[in-house]
Amino acid sequence: MNRHLISAADLSLADAISILDTAEELARLAERPIPKLPTLRGRTVVNLFYEDSTRTRISFEAAAKRLSADVINFSAKGSSVAKGESLKDTALTLQAMGADAVVIRHNASGAPHRLAEWVRGSVVNAGDGTHEHPTQALLDAFTMRRRLGRLSGLRVTIVGDILHSRVARSNVWLLHTLGAQVTLVAPPTLLPVAIGTWPCAVSYDFSSVLPASDVVMMLRVQHERMAQAYFPSVREYSRRYGLDGDRMALLPPHAIVMHPGPMNRGVEITADVADSARSTIVEQVANGVAVRMAVLYLLLGGGPGGPGMAGGPAGQAAMPEPAGVAL
Amino acid sequence: MLGADEIRRALSRIGHEILERTDGGTDVVLLGIPTRGVPLASRLAARLAQTEGIEVPAGSLDITLYRDDLRLRPARALGHTEVPDCGVDGKVVILVDDVLYSGRTVRAALDALGDLGRPRAVQLAVLVDRGHRELPIRADYVGKNLPTSKREAVKVLLAETDGLDSVLLQVRPEAGQ
Repeated sequence: MNRHLISAADLSLADAISILDTAEELARLAERPIPKLPTLRGRTVVNLFYEDSTRTRISFEAAAKRLSADVINFSAKGSSVAKGESLKDTALTLQAMGADAVVIRHNASGAPHRLAEWVRGSVVNAGDGTHEHPTQALLDAFTMRRRLGRLSGLRVTIVGDILHSRVARSNVWLLHTLGAQVTLVAPPTLLPVAIGTWPCAVSYDFSSVLPASDVVMMLRVQHERMAQAYFPSVREYSRRYGLDGDRMALLPPHAIVMHPGPMNRGVEITADVADSARSTIVEQVANGVAVRMAVLYLLLGGGPGGPGMAGGPAGQAAMPEPAGVAL
Repeated sequence: MLGADEIRRALSRIGHEILERTDGGTDVVLLGIPTRGVPLASRLAARLAQTEGIEVPAGSLDITLYRDDLRLRPARALGHTEVPDCGVDGKVVILVDDVLYSGRTVRAALDALGDLGRPRAVQLAVLVDRGHRELPIRADYVGKNLPTSKREAVKVLLAETDGLDSVLLQVRPEAGQ
C-alpha cells in the first residue's frame, strides 16, 4: 500500500481487499468489552478540516482513538486559517508538531495531493472538493460486502448529483477495481463532461435500472456547490430521480439502499425508504469507524520510515514469524 | 526433527497433562495463536473429546495488534480472532502456539487476552520449546524441548496449513537479517 490514501483510483485490488479484510477483523473487535487497542500508541493523527463535517471527522477521531493514537483536531474556523494562513504554512506547522498522519478535508480538489508533498507523514484524503472521498467508498464497499456477501459482479446504481459528488467518483473507481458494475443515473446537467472516460454505464431513466440493481446509492443534491440552476425545481428532480416507496418496490428482494449522508429527506429519498429494512444508512456510519481504523492501521501500524519515530525502538530482537518460522 | 507420529503423540501427552492439571478439563478454553496455534488448539480439543468425551471450547486469538515489533516491519495482515461463546471470564484459558522462542508472542497474547476479559488462570501449551527466552515466560505444556542455536530456524508444518505434519530445523539464511 502507498504511504498516503489520496484517491480510490490509486488502490490496487490487493490493497482494497486488504483494507476490507482488516476492517472486518477490526469491526469484530468493536463488540468486545474493551474495544481499545494499543497498536498506534505514541502516534499522532491530525484531523485537518477546512470544510464542515460531522460524521467523517467524528469517525476518523473515533478510529484513531480506538487504536490509541493521539488526536489533534483542527478546523479552519477559529484557527490561523481565518487570519489568512496558507495550506503550506499550516502543513509545516503540523509537521513541526510531529504529525504521523494528517487527515484532510478541503473544499479545493487536489489539496491532499499538494499536502502530501509538504509533510513527511501519511496523508489521508477525507474529501477534497468535488474530487474524491476514498474512505467513504471503502466503507460503502465494506457495507455491500457485509450485506450481500460479495462485490464481484454486483450491480450498483448511483443516483443524483454526480457532478459535485466526490463520493460517486471514489465509488466508481473503487467498485470498478473490485469487479462490480456501476451505473450512474442523473439529470444530464449533473454529470461531469468527461463521464465517457469513467469505467461505468450511464442512464437517465431511474425506474428502468432498478429491477437490475443489487445496490442503489442515493446522493444528496449539493446546493452549496451550485452557482446556477441545474434542474427546473426540487419537486421535478425528486419526481424523476428521487427514491420513494413505489420505486423501491421495483428492486429485487435482496437489494439494499445506501446513502452517504447527510440526507435531504423528501428530496432524493423519502422518509419511509430511509427508515426501511433495506436501508443501510446507520450501518454505513458504524462501518465507517472500522474501515478508517483499518486505513490508519495499514498506513501507520508498520515501519520503518514513518515520521517522528526515528527507526522505532532500538535493540529489539525479532519476534517469531507469524507464519510459523521461528528465526 | 519431528514427524507426523511424534507430533500426534506429543499432542496426546499434552492432552493428558491438561486433564491432570485442570481437574479433568473443567472450565478449560483453548485459544490458538494464528497461524499454526489455531489448528493445534482444535486438534487438542478433538483429542480431549475423543479420549475423555468432554467438550472443550477452542478458538483463536490474533495478537498482531499487540505486538511490540510492529514498527520494525511494514503493517501486517491481521489474523482471525474467534472467542468461543462462553467467553473467557472465570475460565482456565490455555494459549496454544507452535513454537516458543523469545516469549514476545506470548506477552502480546496476554495483553490481548486482558482486553477480552478476566480468566481465572492462563496456561501455555506449545508444540516446540526452542529456548532463548527474552522475557520471563515459560510453557506449562511442552510437546518437545528442542535445544537450538539462534542461527537456526524451527519450522512447524501442519496438515491444515501446509499439507503435512512435520517439524524442521534449518540453518537460517544470513540474508534474512
